[in-house]
Amino acid sequence: MTFSRSRLAAAAILSSTIALAACSREAPEELPPAPQTATPTPSPTPTQAAGPVVGTQGHFEDAVGGSTIVYFDTDRFNIDSTDAAALQAQAQYFSQYPQVNFTVEGHTDERGTREYNLALGERRANSAKNYLVSLGVSPDRIRTVSFGKERPVALGSNPQAWQQNRRAASVVIN
Amino acid sequence: MKTPLISTLFGTLLATSAAAQDLGAPLVEGGEVESVTIEGDEGEGPLRGTVTDESALEDLGIAIPAFATDDNRATPANAQGTAALGREVARVITANLRDNGLFAPTGPDSLPDPSFPQITSPAWGTWSGRGAEMLVHGYVRARDDERLVVGCYLYDVALQDELVREGWVVPPADWRRAAHKCSDLIYARLTGEDPFFDSRIAYIAETGPKDARVKRLAVMDSDGANHRFITLGSATALTPRYSPDYSKILYLSYVDGNPRIYVYDIGSGSQTLVTENANPTLAPRWSPDGRSILYSMAVAGNTDIYRVPVTGGSSTRLTSTPGIDVAGSYSPDGGQIVFESDRSGAQQCYIMNADGSNQRRISFFGGRCATPEWSPRGDQIAFTRIAGDFNVAVMTPAGRNMRVLTDGWQDEAPTWAPNGRIIQFFRTTRNAGNSSLWQVDLTGRNERRLPTPVDASDPAWGPIRP
Repeated sequence: MTFSRSRLAAAAILSSTIALAACSREAPEELPPAPQTATPTPSPTPTQAAGPVVGTQGHFEDAVGGSTIVYFDTDRFNIDSTDAAALQAQAQYFSQYPQVNFTVEGHTDERGTREYNLALGERRANSAKNYLVSLGVSPDRIRTVSFGKERPVALGSNPQAWQQNRRAASVVIN
Repeated sequence: MKTPLISTLFGTLLATSAAAQDLGAPLVEGGEVESVTIEGDEGEGPLRGTVTDESALEDLGIAIPAFATDDNRATPANAQGTAALGREVARVITANLRDNGLFAPTGPDSLPDPSFPQITSPAWGTWSGRGAEMLVHGYVRARDDERLVVGCYLYDVALQDELVREGWVVPPADWRRAAHKCSDLIYARLTGEDPFFDSRIAYIAETGPKDARVKRLAVMDSDGANHRFITLGSATALTPRYSPDYSKILYLSYVDGNPRIYVYDIGSGSQTLVTENANPTLAPRWSPDGRSILYSMAVAGNTDIYRVPVTGGSSTRLTSTPGIDVAGSYSPDGGQIVFESDRSGAQQCYIMNADGSNQRRISFFGGRCATPEWSPRGDQIAFTRIAGDFNVAVMTPAGRNMRVLTDGWQDEAPTWAPNGRIIQFFRTTRNAGNSSLWQVDLTGRNERRLPTPVDASDPAWGPIRP
């Protein structure tokens, strides 16, 4: 259900953008806001249509860079200062695009038992979610899911790989 | 708030198709194996008391020639008829004993075939001349209704006397169960232990690369035969547990995108949520009487253990400390629960009464204690010991006499044989992440890999079948 709702939201954004572009054809009952404030693009590139649109993970990643993911120490779920900075960047993005809902996926490294890691991933996802909520993002926009150790991104069995896998990744629902 | 939405969605899925729930066609399962009167039963009963040979059981020579048949008839169980089937039965029994490090069995392919009358009147000279101390005889007879009668006899060659006999009627598709029942009869008579061969294992079949593993619920007999996939693989499945009567399997599935426990009904091939709740549920376990289910649920990141009747209804929360309380496992009498908790800062094992009272830590050795499983005999708790590597270990319910049984890089999730004498677990390889099922006996000496068609994890050994 959330999927179709956000797809509708994305469609609504797309159609409103189209409506803005074609606003001279039909007189709207209410005047639309000035175009320059409605689309706050960081750089005035003319090829904007080819880039990722709002409501996609690509758009989120372009906006916040590596800050879509926060990392944790072994068996820990606390938000350290690096995580806090990343989550602040996320919160800024999500306040800029209030129509975007997202999932925080909690993950662990492989050096834990399966069931405990499912619970630990859930704890990490909630930790990131709670921090975002404390920064003003509505909890209704944030879904959490734990994948425990089932979805590693780094495939080795070494401390570097494990460090990359102990993470909470924010993913735009589209 | 979300619950009605999910249940509505779930009901719709049920109505539409099993495939939408990642479920394959239901399994066709045989029922109870019926015992029957067999040849020899009209005479004097089998010998009571101990066997003649008191040397180590692994050295006990057992001859297991082909089972005879009174009339070589066609049977759906074997295209070449009941005589060929009798040889197969003896092969299954031989493999059961050999693969589990029990006795010194010799199978039908290197032994003479006894005639049908010799099954109840062995040619003693033939077997003593071959150095066999014990002799297994048996027969297969196809009835007019196609069902098979399988007789099983154990003889002490030195005493020239019978130790035990039993017979079963099975449908042709269940012929291997008769071989397992015969294996159990031999094992129980010679060791004094409870049987374990006629049992099944639920597990997770794994394929694909480490970052995109497909994990399917699968089941097989204790010897790896009759392998079946239950889920199709579009959703990750984890941590199955057979119900005590084999009618259901509890397991975790991501079929709706979230980790949730389902109760899969084997007969109908359909499943229901263990509890109608928006929160993730994990680590399912049955109560010994099959009436209750233990599970863990994460609420706002905090995981506690709950109990719910298998018929549904409201859940009872059993733990409430901050942190992760998970992997609850009942004592065989149902009175206590062993579980793991990180309330002390790291995973350790605890015991509580079944109502959640009197929670106390039992693991005080070095390292961590995870995934505790109470032995069906009640005398031991198997667990994953984390001390650098992950290994399977056992301890008493008081947390004493800890013994590490395996030495892999990552061995985890022990499950007990129905008789509490053997433990299965899964082993993951470093880097590649390949997983496989293994078993080890309580001495730690007899360790072997179980045959599975693909990689495998999360074994769950069910009880002896009826």
